[in-house]
Amino acid sequence: MEPANRAFDGHTVAVPGGRMLEAPGRPALVRSAAVLLLKALNVAALLLLVLIFAMPFVWMLSTSLKTLPETMIFPPEWIPRNPVWSNYASAWQTGPFLHYITNSAVISVSILLLQMLTIIPAAYAFARYRFVGSGFLFSLVMVTLMIPTQLIFLPVYLELSAFKLLNTHLGLILPFASSAFGIFLLRQAFRQIPEELVEASRLDQAKEWKIIIRIMVPMVKPVLVTFALFSFIAHWNDYFWPLVMTTNETARTLPIGIAKIREVEGGGTWNILMAGNVILVAPILAAFFLAQKHIIKAFVYNGVK
Amino acid sequence: MAQIELIGICKKYKEETVIQDLNLTIRDGSFTVLVGPSGCGKSTTLRMVAGLERQSAGDILIDGQRVNDTPPGLRDVAMVFQNYALYPTMTVRGNIEFGLKNRGVSRKERERLISDISEIVGLGPYLDKKPQNLSGGQRQRVALARAMVKQPKVFILDEPLSNLDAKLRNQMRTELIQLHERLGTTFVYVTHDQVEAMSMGDEIVVMNEGAVQQADSPMKLYEQPANLFTAQFIGTPAMNIMKVGDIKGLRVLPESGAYHVGFRPEHAQINPDTPVEGLVLEGDILTRESLGAEHIYQIRSKAGAFFVKTFLKPLVTAERVRIAVPHGHLYYFSLTGSRMQTAGAANEETSSRQLIAGGV
Repeated sequence: MEPANRAFDGHTVAVPGGRMLEAPGRPALVRSAAVLLLKALNVAALLLLVLIFAMPFVWMLSTSLKTLPETMIFPPEWIPRNPVWSNYASAWQTGPFLHYITNSAVISVSILLLQMLTIIPAAYAFARYRFVGSGFLFSLVMVTLMIPTQLIFLPVYLELSAFKLLNTHLGLILPFASSAFGIFLLRQAFRQIPEELVEASRLDQAKEWKIIIRIMVPMVKPVLVTFALFSFIAHWNDYFWPLVMTTNETARTLPIGIAKIREVEGGGTWNILMAGNVILVAPILAAFFLAQKHIIKAFVYNGVK
Repeated sequence: MAQIELIGICKKYKEETVIQDLNLTIRDGSFTVLVGPSGCGKSTTLRMVAGLERQSAGDILIDGQRVNDTPPGLRDVAMVFQNYALYPTMTVRGNIEFGLKNRGVSRKERERLISDISEIVGLGPYLDKKPQNLSGGQRQRVALARAMVKQPKVFILDEPLSNLDAKLRNQMRTELIQLHERLGTTFVYVTHDQVEAMSMGDEIVVMNEGAVQQADSPMKLYEQPANLFTAQFIGTPAMNIMKVGDIKGLRVLPESGAYHVGFRPEHAQINPDTPVEGLVLEGDILTRESLGAEHIYQIRSKAGAFFVKTFLKPLVTAERVRIAVPHGHLYYFSLTGSRMQTAGAANEETSSRQLIAGGV
């Protein structure tokens, strides 16, 4: 027996005397304790993060159910003693909320659909083909990512005004009919799909549009869902653009309606304002819960096997 | 069923020429294997037949029809890819069905074809599973089923077994041979593994640097290599090659032009009991690989190191041995690498090999 040669396997340890011993218990114990401690620290850090992110939401929900004097109590109470559900009714009555919600829904969903229609073919072309000017066109798309809205809203305003599109749904939809971010995101996803899949479908006599719809798009579904969510949230929550592009109530959206609560109620009615905000974010939270699986997939496992 | 003809095929990527003036006829119903080291152009050739890549010059004929401008889907060709290229978002059934749907095959007909095929390749219980839930061997079967269901004129297989483990590979090899016999369709198979080529093909095309080195049956390739490259590519271990001038006692007619002499490791005899006419070397055994039924020795001689393989013989334990190869098993090659079939003065009594060696 040559103990020196057998020590490498990790389970047995060479002892100077030449005898073999099972790995002693103590180092194993120390190691498992360290692992446990690390796990605990990890969980604690994650909990802290959750707390930081969740607190504003909880605060909003809690305030929306308080009476006005209760919102001012210090130290604050997290759970109101008698939840005032009528705050929601009060918020609802400050303006034509059903009208706002309809506008918001029509605009965000139309934007989303139009974007899908434009970014999927664009991203596919940029990912899979080299054509005259493809590099230049793609860098043009990338450049638009760097231009802030605040820089172009004036020319767009004048343009919409010239086309008589101010105060219309179309005026709030068309400027967002495509998305540079979406094209970029999707192009990267398309590029990761192995070429053989396209070749296999060519041999299967599939036409180009069929390859896109039946093979490519299903494979980038997580990315697509994530982008859809980003787009929907951005336009559902958008305050600046609808505010600037509208002068009357015809096409105004929910965020503007919520902001108006302050004017109507006179500034300090935090409970009513928060009730309005809960109405605003509820659909978004619902969407997140529904799409959670896909979002995690898109970020964690952005590969195709 | 179809014969494939490649006429004057060239393929260039920008400035780089990958294939230069390739002429090849793949027999109808044959199991033709394209084999060669990586980068030899075998996959490119295959992809041009499938229509996935376009040749820079030349014509491709399938079943007598020029298919230069025919898109891949209409060439009546089915391909099995190295990484299977299964559609990951579709079930096994969806994968097999996709090509049929695109061809407008009726639902009833599709059902029938799929159940037939899944019976043949043994996929019945897995039809509603996604590819990622299948093992490597099962994925391979799906890829085969997807190709077979289209009942193509030509099957194209691009290193289909290289992602499988050794045991499964052997099993699939046998199954593919049986499948070919059963279907009778032309199979074109690409591999870099000469063992795979030898065991599966009834016609082997050895390629190197974009050119066909030799196209022949496996046994012909083994017994009558056309040049140094094929001689060294086929066989494990490879044929031993030495310079004629380095070997003492080997008499070669100077005018024959033979520069290299080669012999297969399995044709060399270690310490022969009776004197052997031919090449005789002395050397030290460097390594011994024992595989049970056969032993492989690496031996160093003055003319260079070489391999010897013996079958069903006791392991030689001596340090220094004498090696002899009879004339009949010696191969001669010119300086350019082409094999010398006949050289020197013709003599009815002696074979060409002996002619080069100056007779004895």
